[in-house]
Amino acid sequence: MPVITLTIDDELVSARAGQSILEACREHGIKIPTLCNLDGLSARGGCRLCLVEVAGNPRLLPACTTEALENMVVTTHNEKIDRYRRMILELTFAERNHTCAVCVSNQHCELQTLAAELGMDHVRYDYLNPELGLDTSHARYGVDHNRCVLCLRCVRVCDEVEGAHTWDVKGRGIESRVITDLNRPWGDSESCTECGKCVEVCPTGALFDKGSAVAEMKKEASFLRRILDGREKNEWRR
Amino acid sequence: MSQNSKKVRLATAWLGGCSGCHMSFLDLDELLIELIEKVDIVYGPLVDHKEFPEDVDICLVEGAVTNVENLELARQIRTNSKIVISFGDCAVTGNVTSMRNRIPIKDLLTAVYHEAQAPIGAESLKVLPALLKKALPLHQAIKVDLYLPGCPPDPERIATAVTALLEGREVELAPQMRTFG
Repeated sequence: MPVITLTIDDELVSARAGQSILEACREHGIKIPTLCNLDGLSARGGCRLCLVEVAGNPRLLPACTTEALENMVVTTHNEKIDRYRRMILELTFAERNHTCAVCVSNQHCELQTLAAELGMDHVRYDYLNPELGLDTSHARYGVDHNRCVLCLRCVRVCDEVEGAHTWDVKGRGIESRVITDLNRPWGDSESCTECGKCVEVCPTGALFDKGSAVAEMKKEASFLRRILDGREKNEWRR
Repeated sequence: MSQNSKKVRLATAWLGGCSGCHMSFLDLDELLIELIEKVDIVYGPLVDHKEFPEDVDICLVEGAVTNVENLELARQIRTNSKIVISFGDCAVTGNVTSMRNRIPIKDLLTAVYHEAQAPIGAESLKVLPALLKKALPLHQAIKVDLYLPGCPPDPERIATAVTALLEGREVELAPQMRTFG
């Protein structure tokens, strides 16, 4: 595969042609915050936390869906980028009802961790406090739309890895909701295989094992790389 | 104690919260003894003082601004204090106190004071301060200088912030010390 050279944060780095800026950064140990991205799933560019500056482009671009190109000059951290990332987190917190203190994923939540890491210590926008429901019709799992950040990892893992495509999205913009089987209750879903992959990859407390109380929901998304390596490379390990 | 003018004048306030943040403050344990050498606690649920005093150096404010009484006190705190700290998640984000925000106030009061089997009934509505339409994070009511998140903030967080302020340093909380929840 042809190798390209680009500049990331004032350092010359090499990448394989076709790689995204995010992949190139990760291979060189350059940390970029992400939320919708997950190793093993297709890139989506939804959460916008991985925004980076590319010289010559007036807009910030998502590192996960922007291809690394020869001679590109990329900046992953500066005052403007950090400010934008905090703003994105503030908007995410304001949009739904993320009450960390009473969440099943308290202390094990990617959104909560990102807010602390990126220094989002308060939200300047008005909280919308939307009226959102909870679907606990499934025997083993529940979905709490109050805590969903629309990363769509559940939609992607169900479609791309499990092959069931139980999850999808209805509505547009702020009206968007993740749904199961053409918006039927999850418990009535005929396509759901009950594999639980969606729950494990969900970064917040939106998808959870029923019976979990506050801070009891711990998820482990690393299973994904393991089963994909088995499937794609015939490398089986525990 | 209040005769010593060199001591820092520290106040605490309890707005719409569960007092858990104040409990965490008490969990400073022996550090409280060191603290009391340096500060006078001039107002708050821990001391018997009815009016919010003037010339307060630091005020830790627990709870969201959820009724007109909270709002009045918050404004007085701002006027009389040099440094105002949002103390805990309810002050910082609204947290549990703001979970009522999607319910119309009339329905809320009906459910709690008219329909529920509670020792305090509808007669109390005449004397209770009126609820604001929404429970607000403190910074939406007054200007806030510092945010101390957590439900409640661990004693370590409180100690780090208060110690830095008393030593005249900028407060820098490590990422693991500024998580919500």
